[in-house]
Amino acid sequence: MDRIPILTMGQFLLVTIQVDMHDRLAMALQDDLTTRITTSRAKGVLIDISSLEIVDSFIGRMLGNISSMARVLGAEAVVVGMQPAVAITLVELGLSLDGVHTALDVEKGMQLLRRYIGAEFEESLSDVDDPEN
Amino acid sequence: MSLSKLSEILNADRTRLLAEWVSYQNESGQVRGDLITERELTRESEQFFELLREALGRESSAELHRPGYKGVRDFLGELSRSRSRLGFTPSETALFILSMKRPVFGAVQRAFAGDAAGQAAALWMATELLDNLGLFTMETFMEAREEVIKGQQSDMLELSTPVVQLWDGIVALPLIGTLDSNRTSIVMETLLQVIVQTRSEIAIIDITGVPTVDTQVAQHLLKTVAAARLMGADCIISGIRPQIAQTMVHLQIDLGNVITKATMAEALRTAMHRSGFVVTRKSAGGLLHQK
Amino acid sequence: MSTILKTEKLDVSEEQHIVAVRQAVRRLALEIKLSLVDQTKIVTAASELARNLLIYGGGGEVILRTLSAGIRHGLKVEFIDEGPGIEDLELALRDGFTSGGGMGLGLGGAKRLVNEFEIDSAPGRGTRIGITRWK
Repeated sequence: MDRIPILTMGQFLLVTIQVDMHDRLAMALQDDLTTRITTSRAKGVLIDISSLEIVDSFIGRMLGNISSMARVLGAEAVVVGMQPAVAITLVELGLSLDGVHTALDVEKGMQLLRRYIGAEFEESLSDVDDPEN
Repeated sequence: MSLSKLSEILNADRTRLLAEWVSYQNESGQVRGDLITERELTRESEQFFELLREALGRESSAELHRPGYKGVRDFLGELSRSRSRLGFTPSETALFILSMKRPVFGAVQRAFAGDAAGQAAALWMATELLDNLGLFTMETFMEAREEVIKGQQSDMLELSTPVVQLWDGIVALPLIGTLDSNRTSIVMETLLQVIVQTRSEIAIIDITGVPTVDTQVAQHLLKTVAAARLMGADCIISGIRPQIAQTMVHLQIDLGNVITKATMAEALRTAMHRSGFVVTRKSAGGLLHQK
Repeated sequence: MSTILKTEKLDVSEEQHIVAVRQAVRRLALEIKLSLVDQTKIVTAASELARNLLIYGGGGEVILRTLSAGIRHGLKVEFIDEGPGIEDLELALRDGFTSGGGMGLGLGGAKRLVNEFEIDSAPGRGTRIGITRWK
């Protein structure tokens, strides 16, 4: 069966969805991503959907699931590059993807992830500092 | 009596018929000399006459949708569309066919001199045919008008929704006038399009020029905000006048967690702050500078 | 008052066919020159309904028609199955209602994405849903 490739970029994973996904392919991606987050200890996941022409409730639900699962595994997921027509349609469909981070493109998504991880990093540093003080 | 007979009659009387037809059109006082020359009119009349005569030789009924009338339909369709665009009135356009009645009836009368029954049958046939042609002209004329109106409507809607870039990564959409669902969808699309083009993460929607905000308008605004968020941009709604704030509370309109500001200036300040820009005054009374 | 310009039929009996339905709807929507947003809306609605057809109706047939009414053009897509049918139509169209573990946006959501929505169903009689988007 086809699989959507997952690239590793430092502590981030990058997935570019370029095909008209059928439902099983979407489910496989969900499985693969959660496995890869664990094995690669990734801190962030970027899902680039700029070439997706539609997002229906099934794919929408998959994006939501990936975000929640990433969070459980200690990572953050960002969905980037949703096309205007797709966004308008999703809202009309009644799907607002609450709890899913979004960014305009991969670069902005990367900045967003760095901010999240940076914040966490500072937090953990101050945790280390505390007992010494 | 058949259409091919009618075709023969038209052919036999061709020169006289055409001359009469063109002169009726000119004498009617309804030919727009300012929009079309006499030469053009004569040429168009001749062309149409030929097409009609050919079609009548091929077809056995006056139903214009039949394949034999394709040439006639195409010509007449193009004629009424172009007249509609040129600014002819409906009656000025209809004249082209209607003015054909007298010369055609005359030709039929001459051909059937002394044969009352044949004459009546031929006249009926000619009437039916010319009426159908007249109706077709009007339908095409109206369709062309509708197309023009629809085009103008969408042009106007687009013109009324200018999205401006205020700063790096900050765009603004000053809304003026009533927001109905038709307009909202265009507004939404334009805004989202510009967000992508300018890679802006913050959009300010200013509703100072929107007369009333009811549940439906609020609903439209919220949809726009939700769509922008899905793409990775945040919206700030500004320009909520005091009386609008009152109605909104009255109607229990909840803008959810959307950031709202009283003025566009304030919204811009918030937007700059969020994107990490600092605005400072260089010295008292001086100009504003960005560091 | 509209005339049919073109009719196409597709069978939906496995998951891959949902993608085929989406592609066919997109192609015909392009043919009648729907705007990009309108294309996306009807393709998304068709994707929802094709999935319903497969999951709840046990598969069936999708009929696509391009229509013409004066200067307007439209695309109508019908989803026909001989499955168990829907007991309470009103309830099924309500947001949040689901009988199959989905998000319950299928029917109501699809309805909001199109200009015309018709549904005919009764228990044991199968379901027929038609959606139309006009230019």
